[in-house]
Amino acid sequence: MQQNSVEVLITNKSGLHARPASLFVQEANKYKSEIEINCKDKTVNAKSILSILGLGANKGSTIVISAEGEDAGVALSGLKEFLEKELPRVDGAE
Amino acid sequence: MITLNGIGASPGIVVGKAALIRDREIELTHEKIMPEETAQEIERFDAAITKAKEEIKVIRDQAEQNIGSEEAAVFTAHLMILDDPELVQGVVSKIKNELISAENAVNEVVKNYIEMLSALDDEYIKARVADIEDIGQRLLLLLTGTEKTNVELDKETILIAKDLSPSDTAQLNADLILAFATQSGSRSSHTAILARCLGIPAAVGLGEKLLEVVTEGDIIIVDGNDGVVIVDPDQTVLKDYQRKIEMEEKEKLRLTEYKHKSATTADGLRIKIMGNIGAVNEADAVLKNGGEGSGLFRTEFLYMENEESLPSEEQQYLSYKAVAEKMNGKEVVIRTLDIGGDKELASLNLACEENPFLGYRAIRICLDREDIFKPQLRAILRASVFGDLKVMFPMIAGLEELRKALYFLNEAKQELKNEEIPFKHDIEVGIMIEVPSAALMADTLAKEVDFFSIGTNDLVQYTLAADRNNEKVSAAYNHYHPAVLKLIKIVADAAHNNGIWVGMCGEASGDELLLPLWVSFRFDELSMSSVSILKAKEIISLWSAKEAELLSEKVLTADTATEVKQLLASASKDNS
Repeated sequence: MQQNSVEVLITNKSGLHARPASLFVQEANKYKSEIEINCKDKTVNAKSILSILGLGANKGSTIVISAEGEDAGVALSGLKEFLEKELPRVDGAE
Repeated sequence: MITLNGIGASPGIVVGKAALIRDREIELTHEKIMPEETAQEIERFDAAITKAKEEIKVIRDQAEQNIGSEEAAVFTAHLMILDDPELVQGVVSKIKNELISAENAVNEVVKNYIEMLSALDDEYIKARVADIEDIGQRLLLLLTGTEKTNVELDKETILIAKDLSPSDTAQLNADLILAFATQSGSRSSHTAILARCLGIPAAVGLGEKLLEVVTEGDIIIVDGNDGVVIVDPDQTVLKDYQRKIEMEEKEKLRLTEYKHKSATTADGLRIKIMGNIGAVNEADAVLKNGGEGSGLFRTEFLYMENEESLPSEEQQYLSYKAVAEKMNGKEVVIRTLDIGGDKELASLNLACEENPFLGYRAIRICLDREDIFKPQLRAILRASVFGDLKVMFPMIAGLEELRKALYFLNEAKQELKNEEIPFKHDIEVGIMIEVPSAALMADTLAKEVDFFSIGTNDLVQYTLAADRNNEKVSAAYNHYHPAVLKLIKIVADAAHNNGIWVGMCGEASGDELLLPLWVSFRFDELSMSSVSILKAKEIISLWSAKEAELLSEKVLTADTATEVKQLLASASKDNS
């Protein structure tokens, strides 16, 4: 069991909305761990599309991802990389 | 008589009887349940989720069939929401902790999400709110066993509703709907898109008054051009509108005369008029409008259906075969994948580019990705035995690209031969001419293909350096520009000098003013949106090739797009 958290700055242009949000949720669902995201004062389940949409994380928001479970470490580094590299690549970063 | 003003969402005018779709009344009793009943309630909820998913999958297929892939994508979003662990968990813990029935728990959880998301100021999320409402409704219907007040249309009617959800409309018999009129909605809401897809008039955003003043069976007028609905019109207004409708009908009727006629000039020059299609079922619209085949079958829809993966060779083969069979021997030009530019493809995860129209798109991607290109070529070849299919490569800029594309085509043929799978060995191969370099090199390119098809939309934007999606430069984007016409002439001449045929498949091909010019350029085929086909046939038959040539000589000496357009307009023979 590992528990951990990591801070990520959202840099893709539409933030965690629209297609980037569903892509992120699909990505989070690849891991077994329980994963949560905290943004401003809200903490939500990263595997829930409705919750992520309700979070309102825009470009420039800083979020904290925390994971708990057997693959928590991989999940955190994987999702951080996904948010920092993959989403700006497919969605644009301007 | 009451007049309501809203938004014209789909053109056309219609007079008919109103049929109201009221939101279904679902009765919830608020009795508490016993602790020992929770397991049973959770089971009912799970069963409802499973059933809802099954229903949605069926509706998705119907939507795909009846309406199109854009419509079907809505239901893929619904499935994702039904899989949401928070939604599911939220309902389950409400049942357990508050000892309420599954339907009450669903009702509350869905309500909370709607409230939360409605508070956010975001267009995309607002669309998701409608999805959640639709899903909530579906689950409640299943849990309460409420009989669906499925609108069964038995005669032609105008549908009146607050708004129509995809679930409401997916199963309707489109043939019986005369028009839509809704209380809410915008030009981009579901009802509007659907109406345009089906080609029926619609007025949306008419306000709450709509449902207050209309009763079942009322005579109403829907003017989808101006977004007006008139309830219980008085005689003068009714006559006025009937005159307008008559004029529209007359024009239609006059044109149906051309359905089975070919487009032949007064002195006997014949041009094939065809329809562009972007999905299998659109072939029906081409045939209904007297199209002689399809000069452009866009295959992107196959790739957009699924966000997760690319379409398999087999899936593609079945679609191409279906089109070939629907067209029943009429020609169909299949354009290989034309993605990139303004068209995204989720399953490819293409990088965002600074200058996408000049970037990694269309044939450039295909030549780089054999894993995408090869299955498509194999699928087209395999389907070619079921009709008159031709293959066309988009965005070819020069000979090297063309040769690479042909190399892959030959490889695909060789593979099929080795596997003893039948295909048409001499399938015609052509290219789209939409890059100015290809137009200028047309004489060289013509020696290695069977046909050209000019894609004017891209040719105009590349020639004039004007983004066709940027409103600020919409004045610069103009297919009457003399530079564009000169390039088109070069291509048509090069084709004929080399003994191959030439067609056109952009917006300009159906432009009523430009048709005599295309006659004078001796185009063999023009492929356009289905609704333009009959009119194009009529216009061509009003001209002789000789007259068209005289006009063309003048037009080609014009210095500006404005001058070109004026010359064409003053020569127009349109008598409607």
